[in-house]
Amino acid sequence: MEIPRIIGAGLVVIGAGIGIGRIGGSAMDAIARQPEATGKIQTAMLIAAALIEGIGFAAIFAS
Amino acid sequence: MVFSNKPLQFIIATLVACLPLLGFANNAQDTIASHIETTATHHEAHAEPNDLKSKIAAYKMHHVLDAHDFVLFSDEAEGKHYGFPLPIILWDNGLQIFSSSKFNHGESVAESNGNYYKIGHDEKIYKTDAAGTLLGDEHHPTNVKPLDFSITKSVLIMFIVAALMLWIFSSLAKSFSKNGGISSGVGRLFEPLVLYIRDEIAIPNIGEKHYKKYMSYLLTIFFFVWFLNMFGLTPLGINVTGNIAITGGLAIITALITNFTANKNYWGHIFWMPGVPTPMKIILAPIELLGVIIKPFSLMIRLYANIFAGHVVLMSLIALIFLFKSWIGGSLSFLLSFALSTIEILVALLQAYIFTMLSALYFGSAVEEHHHDGDEHH
Repeated sequence: MEIPRIIGAGLVVIGAGIGIGRIGGSAMDAIARQPEATGKIQTAMLIAAALIEGIGFAAIFAS
Repeated sequence: MVFSNKPLQFIIATLVACLPLLGFANNAQDTIASHIETTATHHEAHAEPNDLKSKIAAYKMHHVLDAHDFVLFSDEAEGKHYGFPLPIILWDNGLQIFSSSKFNHGESVAESNGNYYKIGHDEKIYKTDAAGTLLGDEHHPTNVKPLDFSITKSVLIMFIVAALMLWIFSSLAKSFSKNGGISSGVGRLFEPLVLYIRDEIAIPNIGEKHYKKYMSYLLTIFFFVWFLNMFGLTPLGINVTGNIAITGGLAIITALITNFTANKNYWGHIFWMPGVPTPMKIILAPIELLGVIIKPFSLMIRLYANIFAGHVVLMSLIALIFLFKSWIGGSLSFLLSFALSTIEILVALLQAYIFTMLSALYFGSAVEEHHHDGDEHH
């Protein structure tokens, strides 16, 4: 029972990592295109990253 | 590529890159042997309390848990603890107030008005008989727990932070009238942060019309969480925001404010989502209702897990010094923990910001005006 739970938590963390990476990358692209909107993009990026991060932590603590 | 033109930098970079290998090579056999040993005895980790790894694990456990006395450091050879006791307040057939020095750091049984108490390994107070026997096994005692209102380490630090904030911000407020609209002293540091929270967090998320009544809470939560996070990075061994009960308390306050100040549009969006077909409205209602609980729950987990994980990783890196027992491993561990501490300072600010930001977002959704009509839905 222990091993599937750990693997599941690992998969969730991989997914969360990919998700946060994509958010960061897209934010970089967006800032490069519109440097004057940097503040707004950063705020939106942080909120989205924080929401995904919460799921990652929930998976770790559920395992 | 870039390095090849600069031979000296290349050599230094290669040497630095090889450092970890040396650190492991020194103690490779030892580490593997002890690793096998620990995996073998993983389920009875406390069988050998003098084993280095279980000692480190016990230290980590002790750090992340709340405590009934404030121990700054301990002398293991003499078995002495340096620190100060804190008051114990119990509700058990009347109020029982005594000093935590009676517990003698969990080693002896405290007596108060004919009742006997003992601290378990989980830092909770259990009612016992005069001999101090705990029922159940060592890690899951089944004894009766009296209601515990003690001033624990976390509570003490929260009192200190509250007093500090009261002093800093009341003096900031006073300095405006004294200096004619210009802050002075430490207020110069905090005034831009207050303005940032108003202009970048409250107004864009809540809106010009309603933001004022939430400002006091947003400012309080931001500075409270930030100060507690920063106190956690001092070598005093405090872990307040890495305690799920405290982050849970903060998240519940946010949830209560959100739900009690919500207008009818907010509840309308939960129970009868406008702009979607009727069968969809019935499906969406329970999901939205669940969202009301999930929002504060994710706030709680995020802050707790970030700070808790930061502390555990930082202490694991410091513990590498004692595991490697070589100057290479020690200096590597020092560099790593230094780098991580620097990141933790950023995380301390970032988590306070995220908590405030999401609280403001939830408040904003609670007071949002009805700005769509007919079947046009935003």
